[in-house]
Amino acid sequence: MRRFALIAVPYIWLLALFLVPFLIVFKISLSDIALARPPYMPQFSWADGVWDFLSQLDLENFTFLASDDLYWKAYLSSLKIALTSTVITLFVAYPIAYGMARAPQEWRPTLMMLVILPFWTSFLIRVYSWMGILSNEGFLNQFLLGIGAISEPLTILNTNSAVYIGIVYTYLPFMILPIYAALDRLDASLIEAAEDLGCSRLQAFWLVTIPLSKNGIIAGSFLVFIPALGEFVIPSLLGGSGTLMIGKVLWEEFFNNRDWPVASAVAVVLLLILIIPIVLFQRNQQKQSEEES
Amino acid sequence: MPASVFAPWNDPSEKPLIRFRNVTKRFGDFTAIDDLSLDIFEREFFALLGPSGCGKTTMMRMLAGFESPSDGSIELAGQDIVSVPPNKRAVNMMFQSYALFPHLTIWDNIAFGLRRDKRPKLDIADRVEEMLKLTRLEKFARRKPHQISGGQRQRVALARSLAKAPKLLLLDEPLGALDKKLRQDTQFELMDIQEKTGTTFVIVTHDQEEAMTVASRVAVMDEGRLIQVATPDAIYEAPNSVYVADFIGDVNIIAGIASSTGPGRYKIAWREDQAPFVAMSDKPFSEGAECYLAIRPEKVQISAQKPDEAANTVQGTVLDIAYLGNISTYIVELANGTQIKAQIANTRRISNRSFTWEDTVWLSWSDTAGILLDG
Ligand SMILES: Nc1ncnc2c1ncn2[C@@H]1O[C@H](COP(=O)(O)OP(=O)(O)O)[C@@H](O)[C@H]1O
Ligand SMILES: [Mg+2]
Repeated sequence: MRRFALIAVPYIWLLALFLVPFLIVFKISLSDIALARPPYMPQFSWADGVWDFLSQLDLENFTFLASDDLYWKAYLSSLKIALTSTVITLFVAYPIAYGMARAPQEWRPTLMMLVILPFWTSFLIRVYSWMGILSNEGFLNQFLLGIGAISEPLTILNTNSAVYIGIVYTYLPFMILPIYAALDRLDASLIEAAEDLGCSRLQAFWLVTIPLSKNGIIAGSFLVFIPALGEFVIPSLLGGSGTLMIGKVLWEEFFNNRDWPVASAVAVVLLLILIIPIVLFQRNQQKQSEEES
Repeated sequence: MPASVFAPWNDPSEKPLIRFRNVTKRFGDFTAIDDLSLDIFEREFFALLGPSGCGKTTMMRMLAGFESPSDGSIELAGQDIVSVPPNKRAVNMMFQSYALFPHLTIWDNIAFGLRRDKRPKLDIADRVEEMLKLTRLEKFARRKPHQISGGQRQRVALARSLAKAPKLLLLDEPLGALDKKLRQDTQFELMDIQEKTGTTFVIVTHDQEEAMTVASRVAVMDEGRLIQVATPDAIYEAPNSVYVADFIGDVNIIAGIASSTGPGRYKIAWREDQAPFVAMSDKPFSEGAECYLAIRPEKVQISAQKPDEAANTVQGTVLDIAYLGNISTYIVELANGTQIKAQIANTRRISNRSFTWEDTVWLSWSDTAGILLDG
């Protein structure tokens, strides 16, 4: 009985906080828009019965998503932005994680602290402060103008570049930590063995360090890619009118158009897209824990 | 010495393969290797022996190129190698931790070094198969290191370090993880491989028996210095110090005062109420010098009656008997409390042995059985 209760806890959690909300959203996505409160119909009532209720649901909103190219363009553009920023984050994070893993033992807690420190400030405030840095009169432009590197201020804010900067900045710790964990476990004598067997430093890095941190790279990439795909705050604060991301579309459908059924359909499709990388991520984690045991 | 005996260290015309010249290695203000000079010759099986932390691994790492000496020079085949990086040295090392690549199969682990040389694929395959056969690992070629046993892993590490046919192979406590039986088998295997391949081996061990078994010469180290470098039998029979005598095998050490009684012959006064011991020594001792008489337990006879012609005799009672199967060690306490160990082969069944606890016995040894040391 106690064992059953123990197993039941995570399932109840999942049921209450994921499955039930998802079913509600899914139901709304199958409904029609209505000028009512809540702004969709049908509403379930015991009087009309289950069949009557179910027969009013349809896939209209999903066919609408397919017919209007705004949506699939937004999905594609989100994928592209999420993928690109994941790759950039990887290239920024790897050297940092590598440096941390090679730092003297007594420095490592401090370095780790520095990586996590930004989380102590609200995410929203940090994104807002990037507006102050990147705007035409912002710190970056003032600095570059000041040292004479540029004569005209650069337009960064409200472009895709600002979105990339924002995503890379925000999700960097999620990439650094798993890679650091992998590199930290890496036995230094393996690198020496590789060198002993004729590898240059660079070859040893490619043939030993990279393959042995592969799991960290994969884990970090998913941890960045998955939230970046549905990101809303960063594109709406830092991006411009040309920045098309599905999170932003979702927001506009819900709050500007008050079209809950279409917005829900967008969310359901986004979730379906995310399921693939999430499953792959789970596989990677499982494989890793099997290898370690 | 006959020409057939392998002893290049006695031949002044022989060029050493490795030459440490006044090598010092400091880590911060800690001196790990202290002004050490050493020659190791081609085809030698050279053992570094010493307690943990005496600098054995540091010596190996300097040979492999992972550490450079703070002072002095290291030559390999007449060339100063201090500035040569590890990947450019014709030296391979078998790591204390094996350092097998966990993401590669056994086959790929062994092929790793060969691939770096850009050899033809077929050559690599041939060489790997040869190594697998030599170390009897054919069946495990496709497994990953975590799928085989500790003993097998150790053989993979050996195969990998041998694959490139290095001039010099460094083995850092290669057999530490094995149980005794497997260790002995592997020791003979190592000697066999060394003979077959003609590679020069330097082996680190803290197991003196292992060093005695495999090595052509043994270097006993302590605190970053070489205490004695000699053949295993010389180290055992003629240690140059109490430290070496004590480190290698079992030994009785009796402190006393030397006085000469003839050419190369000394009397050692060790107790006022006992007759002095006599011992021959090539090493001269001045009159009244402090000295130590070292006698191996197997060179001490034990008998019920006082033997007539023995040079040294002393009486005591049997305090303890350690039965080791083929031999027994008797610990005999003398009247003044000194304990002396004597070892006898168990030629009779245990129930028929001549002495037992509390028996009064006579210990005796000849004047050449012990060795006289000055510290
Ligand atoms: N990289 C290092 N930094 C500081 N001290 C070291 C380092 N490597 C070895 N030492 C010290 O040098 C001494 C000799 O070490 P080592 O050669 O590993 O001994 P062992 O004979 O047990 O193999 C030890 O006291 C060790 O603590
Ligand atoms: Mg060591």
